[in-house]
Amino acid sequence: MATILIPTPLRKFTNNSAKLQVQATTIKETVDELILNFPDLKKHLLDDQGNIRSFVNIFVGNDDIRDLQQENTAVKEETVISIIPAIAGGTF
Amino acid sequence: MAIQFQANSFQELVADAEKTFPDECCGFMAGKEDGEERIITAILPVINSKEGDKKRRYLVSPMDYMKAEQWAEDNNLQLLGIYHSHPNHPSVPSEHDRVAAQPYFSYVIASIMDGAFANIQSWRLNDDFQFEEETITN
Repeated sequence: MATILIPTPLRKFTNNSAKLQVQATTIKETVDELILNFPDLKKHLLDDQGNIRSFVNIFVGNDDIRDLQQENTAVKEETVISIIPAIAGGTF
Repeated sequence: MAIQFQANSFQELVADAEKTFPDECCGFMAGKEDGEERIITAILPVINSKEGDKKRRYLVSPMDYMKAEQWAEDNNLQLLGIYHSHPNHPSVPSEHDRVAAQPYFSYVIASIMDGAFANIQSWRLNDDFQFEEETITN
């Protein structure tokens, strides 16, 4: 099963789990399974159109899925997936 | 909701904000939670990765974010929030701050006026994605 690393800000929605295992073959299946198990994660991971929010980065190993096959990026048994919140802002 | 700075964390945060002026600084805060109060015992300054106008924007790279999570774990600390500065601007979050904000984290903003520390406030996102101020107790 693939491993997902949950960032600190989202752990309150995963019963404080920092690391989860999923049975999935793509990133889309991974996100769907996460939301199925932890429905409160949905509004923090997906926008109103059901796409991954622009302020959420998903990495497979050290690679951003935006540089791979986006949500269709393949997931294998040994894959480590990181959900990385975008940390940004500014004065005005 | 309250937040308290211990050790040299407050001084280090202000020093980073003043040193980075007129650009925005940014970094992580870590420590322990004690009920509704957060105790900050360490800060981790990171490079403002924003390409372009760093005087009014900041960005933490995904790699720096991953390193910060690992740094907190290695030091047996809880990652509790983010700090950044507002050069020549009040310590109040902008709409840009709010839209990008993550749940749970405290967002500390240091106002730096003409290169010198002026004010500091801390904010947390509520369930309606709006910022609420949390008290700084020191």
